[in-house]
Amino acid sequence: MQQPLVSVDELRFRWNRNQPPCVDIEHFEVHAGERIFVHGPSGSGKSTLLGLLGGVLVAEHGQVSIAIDGQATELEALGSAARDRFRVDHIGFVFQQFNLIPYLSVLDNVLLPCRFSARRNQKAGPTPQAEARRLLRALDLAPELTERPVTQLSVGQQQRVAVARALIGRPEIVIADEPTSALDAQRQDRFLDLLLQECAASNASLLFVSHDRRLASHFTREVALHELNRAASVVEEAAS
Amino acid sequence: MKYLFRLALASAWNRRTTLGLTVMAIALSVTMLLGVERARVAAREGFEQSVSGTDLVIGARTSPVQLMLYAVFRLGEATNNVRWSSFEAIAANPAVAWAVPVSLGDSHKGFAVLGTSTGYFEHFRYGYRKPLTLSAGRAFSGTLDGVFEAVIGADVADSLHYGLGQHITLSHGAGGPGLAEHADKPFTVVGVLARTGTPVDRTVHISLEAIEAIHLDWQAGAPIPGLVIPPEYVRKFDLKPKTITAMLVGLKSRGAVFKVQRDVNEFAAEPLLAVLPGVALDQLWRVVGVAERTLLAVSAMIVVIGLAGMVAVVLASLNERRRELAILRSVGAGPRHIATLVVAESVAATVAGSALGLALLAVVALFAGPWLESNFGMTIHAWVASSGEWPLLGGVLLAGLLAGAIPAWRACRLALADGLSPRL
Repeated sequence: MQQPLVSVDELRFRWNRNQPPCVDIEHFEVHAGERIFVHGPSGSGKSTLLGLLGGVLVAEHGQVSIAIDGQATELEALGSAARDRFRVDHIGFVFQQFNLIPYLSVLDNVLLPCRFSARRNQKAGPTPQAEARRLLRALDLAPELTERPVTQLSVGQQQRVAVARALIGRPEIVIADEPTSALDAQRQDRFLDLLLQECAASNASLLFVSHDRRLASHFTREVALHELNRAASVVEEAAS
Repeated sequence: MKYLFRLALASAWNRRTTLGLTVMAIALSVTMLLGVERARVAAREGFEQSVSGTDLVIGARTSPVQLMLYAVFRLGEATNNVRWSSFEAIAANPAVAWAVPVSLGDSHKGFAVLGTSTGYFEHFRYGYRKPLTLSAGRAFSGTLDGVFEAVIGADVADSLHYGLGQHITLSHGAGGPGLAEHADKPFTVVGVLARTGTPVDRTVHISLEAIEAIHLDWQAGAPIPGLVIPPEYVRKFDLKPKTITAMLVGLKSRGAVFKVQRDVNEFAAEPLLAVLPGVALDQLWRVVGVAERTLLAVSAMIVVIGLAGMVAVVLASLNERRRELAILRSVGAGPRHIATLVVAESVAATVAGSALGLALLAVVALFAGPWLESNFGMTIHAWVASSGEWPLLGGVLLAGLLAGAIPAWRACRLALADGLSPRL
């Protein structure tokens, strides 16, 4: 079988030594090109898992391994600066809202990963600006928006700019954390279509986290985080 | 790295109102700090140039500082006088180009009266070897006919509203009222000196002969009872001075200064002291210098307060920037990037504040400079004047950098704790 892109094994993390773990995952993997819907109600350890996948947090036990071009890298084994670089080199993030830096133009927001990652910059082609404009156009954003301050954009437009930023320079993985929760139902579908279409176009695997299961049908696989995360189910049982 | 600075500037510009106020506070404190330093240097220069072009100041043996105090600054009194014969002997020294006698002891309404020769107006220099100039009238003639002529300094003229032709009477001794007056022998103001910013401004100049004349009927500091010599008769007396207080000496060649100084210090007829004005003024400045250093320390404290304000503003902004920091983290910024970003902001604010402060000072110096020059004899330069300002500016920038480390440290902690999802 093909080597998984992301492979999580026996991963345990707790914020504090005196607390029980909030993430405890036996095994989880993402294959190249997969579009996974992670159903994560609040309290299921969603933010923590994203932090672990992004290399912002380090597990006390177990490992997160990401294979790029057939070569697996264990995030735990990297130093913090190397993890920061690895994150921007291979992962694009889209957050729930307020994704953009208010004092940068739309274009500069999209180009941010290229500033921090030589790899993304190089993969964005000879002129990253042109690539950024192309992505924005593909995401249905009018060219005249690109020079505007981001604060003048609607929430839906902002989310699409964030998608362009996540995709520029073709990272292998896109992690979207509730990117549609600030949008109304009609815009959610439109946004999702564009997101899936562009992820497919740039060959990125998508990890889409949401509490809204209605969206699950758009994806190749659905994972329930509170089942995957043994620590989360413990919390839920205790609560009920 | 370069991009981080651009980012820091853009971020700072985004919060320009609050940061602008901080920059203004820093600018004002830097203006204050450098202004004090510049004024300090100017005051020192002015002080050290109270006398210039004079190679030696000679008086009765005392301490060099004391000699300077009474001979140049008209402060305190001479312990002993110099015999006229000694003056003549020194003036005759082949190395000496000119010698100007100085005779002190009388006053006019608190202003020192200085008896001297006409050579004083010719040879005395102050500032960068600037000669004395008259704003009105002429120097006293030095002849017997003009024995009761006086030339007053600019301060005397201004504060007493004296002009040419004003009749004045001198008091015996230095100081305020209650002194015995030389009321029987009034003087006429024949000249007013242009402002110099030196003790000359506060001096009434008369001839040495006049000093003798007003003391003809005096003995031991009081009029001799029963003896009155009316002014019209004084010319019949020998008005050659017997003693003087001190003398200013110019040499033909500066190279001979130490030799002449030694000659004077070993003068056989009476104990004399010759000092190099520059050296003695330097010693004197060390005494008065405490005040200026205190002032400098106070302005340094004001800079610290300005920077503390900056730290507070940057710290306060961090909470609303947690989202921004998380976004930067997601695109690969590590704690060191975050720290650089925040420090760069503080440094930028400090640099902007310092630059603005310098500009502000230049404007102030440009407008207030001429007034300061004429009133206090202080030459304030519009641009960086002394080498002492660079370390001060460097110190401000370094302090800004160190101050920036405080919010930077906090930003790192926030960024590490928040990761990609700030808990707002």
